[in-house]
Amino acid sequence: MRIVIIGNGMVGYKFCEKLVSKNHEFEITVFGEEVRPAYDRVHLSEYFSGKSAEDLSLASTQWYHDNNIKLYLGDPVKEINRVNKTIRSHNEVIVSYDYLILATGSSAFVPSIPGLEKEGVFVYRTIEDLEMMTAYARKAKKGAVIGGGLLGLEAAKAMMDLGIEETHVIEFASRLMPRQIDDAGSKVLRNKLESLGLRIHTNTYTKEIIGDRSISAMQFADDTTLDVNMLVISAGIKSRDELAKACGLQVGQRGGIVVDDQLQTSDESIFAIGECGLHNNMIYGLVAPGYEMADVVVANLTGGNKTFTGFDMSTKLKLIGVDVASFGDPFIQTDNTRTVVFEDTRKGIYKRINISKDGKHLLGGILVGEAEAYNMLLQTCKNKVVLPPNPEDVILGARGGEADAAAGIVDLPDEALICSCESVSKGDICNAVTDGCETVDAIKKCTKAGTGCGGCVPMLKDLMLHTLKSQGKYIRNVLCEHFSYSRQELYDLIKVKELKSFDAVLDEIGHGDGCEVCKPAIASILASLWNEMILKKGNDTAQDSNDRYLANIQKGGTYSVVPRIPGGEVTPEKLIVIGQIAQKYNLYTKITGGQRIDMFGAHLSDLPSIWEELIAAGFESGHAYGKALRTVKSCVGSTWCRFGLHDSVSFAIRIEERYRGLRAPHKIKSAVSGCIRECAEAQSKDFGIIATEKGWNLYVCGNGGSKPQHALLLAQDLDDETCIKYIDRFLMFYIKTADPLTRTATWLNKMEGGIDYLRNVVMNDSLGIAEQLEQEMQFLVDHYTCEWREVVESTELRKRFNHFVNAPEEKDPTVKFEPLRDQKRAAEWK
Amino acid sequence: MSNTLSINISWFAACKTTDVPVNGGVCVKYKDEQIALFHFTRRNEWFATQNLCPHRQQMALSRGMIGSQDGEPKVACPFHKKTFSLVDGHCMNDDACDNIKTYPVKIEGTTVYIGIEECENANEKLVA
Repeated sequence: MRIVIIGNGMVGYKFCEKLVSKNHEFEITVFGEEVRPAYDRVHLSEYFSGKSAEDLSLASTQWYHDNNIKLYLGDPVKEINRVNKTIRSHNEVIVSYDYLILATGSSAFVPSIPGLEKEGVFVYRTIEDLEMMTAYARKAKKGAVIGGGLLGLEAAKAMMDLGIEETHVIEFASRLMPRQIDDAGSKVLRNKLESLGLRIHTNTYTKEIIGDRSISAMQFADDTTLDVNMLVISAGIKSRDELAKACGLQVGQRGGIVVDDQLQTSDESIFAIGECGLHNNMIYGLVAPGYEMADVVVANLTGGNKTFTGFDMSTKLKLIGVDVASFGDPFIQTDNTRTVVFEDTRKGIYKRINISKDGKHLLGGILVGEAEAYNMLLQTCKNKVVLPPNPEDVILGARGGEADAAAGIVDLPDEALICSCESVSKGDICNAVTDGCETVDAIKKCTKAGTGCGGCVPMLKDLMLHTLKSQGKYIRNVLCEHFSYSRQELYDLIKVKELKSFDAVLDEIGHGDGCEVCKPAIASILASLWNEMILKKGNDTAQDSNDRYLANIQKGGTYSVVPRIPGGEVTPEKLIVIGQIAQKYNLYTKITGGQRIDMFGAHLSDLPSIWEELIAAGFESGHAYGKALRTVKSCVGSTWCRFGLHDSVSFAIRIEERYRGLRAPHKIKSAVSGCIRECAEAQSKDFGIIATEKGWNLYVCGNGGSKPQHALLLAQDLDDETCIKYIDRFLMFYIKTADPLTRTATWLNKMEGGIDYLRNVVMNDSLGIAEQLEQEMQFLVDHYTCEWREVVESTELRKRFNHFVNAPEEKDPTVKFEPLRDQKRAAEWK
Repeated sequence: MSNTLSINISWFAACKTTDVPVNGGVCVKYKDEQIALFHFTRRNEWFATQNLCPHRQQMALSRGMIGSQDGEPKVACPFHKKTFSLVDGHCMNDDACDNIKTYPVKIEGTTVYIGIEECENANEKLVA
């Protein structure tokens, strides 16, 4: 049977994937208009936050080849001949079909506004659109997006990521995301987005785009204007039905190829799936219903009997870091329904649930600002699970008692759909676990659940843990295939057995050869326990690359060098030395966020000489390459500042010198502020210290990064010695008990009892280990040496820094730089 | 492949066995090529592959950590932890990533030799 698919988007690809999995004999041909094979359009905005086109790709051209699918890219179909059952492409390829699948998707809906043709006006749809935007954004300062819906806000996020200084969102309706959320929810969302720097204009209709050749301003219906250099139109979608229309297929009045419950068009050999199809007067602009449509058609072409009867439009997304979700019927309000609303304007959270009059069933709802409960609520709604006696508990949590997070999932029936992207039920997942899929990755591989939007992954984990527990299996967080222990167990074992090298640890308590997961984890434990030079005893090759070369590897394979500048205090003489070294070795210099200086672009073989000079000038390693203490940032404090209460710089230097080189499960950052104005940003650090009238307040477990979290107050008004004692205990307890690569914030989040428990351990010695923790820390402090000094002084160790083993004097000839302002940068990688 | 083509392996002396760190790698220069040479001491095996990681075209594999997965020896690129089989060069954690080239290695005395495939009848080298 010959099947031709027009369109190689997400749904077209999913159709291919499902079709080839059926093992039927098909001759499959795919035509795609874009030059790339299908990619993940849902996560398109991540292209701006660092994902490449390759990362977004769903399958390589090789995949199509391996599955015997003929793929024509960059070759749109021009004509369908329904009489001869052939199609003709732009490049004059003619192919016959038995069945034709239209998966032509949609294009951006562009309202007719005079001036659309000007330079700097874009739509937001394909990777090419993104590339054009990226190029243009370099010269734009102010930008706007027309459309305050889901796509519009995504586009606004993209603009912010592109570095546009001022981004406006122009929405015609009276609220943001009018299809998903109500007025109150929209208000909360708006406040939240505005606090993140977006400027939002609702009830605003764009009359004209002004500018000579390129856009310079927009004029609105009330004749006000807004100066912008760039505009993205993202006001909705329009089905790509022109091909269908041209060959006489029935299309809807406002677009869309009319299909029945089999997704059959008015020609029984032609099907339409995804955003181009009009089912029951409805166009589904989401990926999950598109996938379901693909599944229905594949089933029917392979002898099955399935129908598409509409699809739930529930959705959860993260818009510029704000969670937004709506499910079931988000707006319903009748005599037979009741509504429960929770609103917290301080934190920017809005939750609404619509329930039946008797309070038994959930009918729909809206979540803004916090949507962790989404999957659970969606399943409760879809499966008509009876609500608890106080229905508000489902959005507020059971108050006055510890709630069991997994309890809700356990109550779901086996048919409950957990992964709506891939239609995987609770029963499928539990069966997979029973059949031996005992990790989330294994479940993903075996059932495909969690491979679409990924929203159900936390539920997968809960279901897996619950199923394993119910089988009486003890669940252990083991390191990898070479060690059947958790990090905490390994730490204790290595200590008791007094093991000092990776090989000794592997021989004694592991098996096999090790890997890139266990090697750095064990190397870190060894360093935390014994504080011996990390490149000795054969431990050099167990270190992750940065630790192995005591520098941070950067694009192109050169390294960056960061000498320690405790508390950010540096003399003019030392600054001059840094400048001279950077000049001599042609390094790019930049001030880091941790108040020190980073020198980039050093060749591997130059590192020992650079450090020789730095050490001669009195510098030491800054451990920027290690999962170790980085910096203790400080404000200038009472020695100069008219507000300062204590000498924050001196205390920061003391703290930094105490814990320098301390290896830990992850990097550790700290700061000391001289007063409550908090100029050192201590509350965003793993441990932060803020001066008070009476002493120091100690905050712990904060971090910046992708999931910022404020540090929590551990203890108040401490004197210097008590403060250090508590930090000793806190850090050592963290080092001994955290999982690998876990920052203190995540460590605390996972800790049963949270900050109260931690406070008990550190201040009240509830475990009776405080003295031991202090002694262990003192041992590490006493055994500190500068790693770079040891390398510089050893010819044997210096040898390891040559690029070529057989041409030690030659540098890597493939290293390339490009000029940047008055310095240089690494050449862009492919 | 044409049947007139025959492949010869020519061996060149790369370095001394002690030049290579235990359970680690070094980069060897051969004409304009960069070859990553690994001494998997734990398994008493030697491997050589291209030094270029195909993922982002970075000359870095010799600086990667070696290890094994279900008994298959592998190297992890320091940049994004793509792992490659040291036996046949396939990427073990990303199907979309290209394979890397592997080279035979032999030890004679204390010298490590790496084998380069040369085509006899063509002037062109087969190596990339």
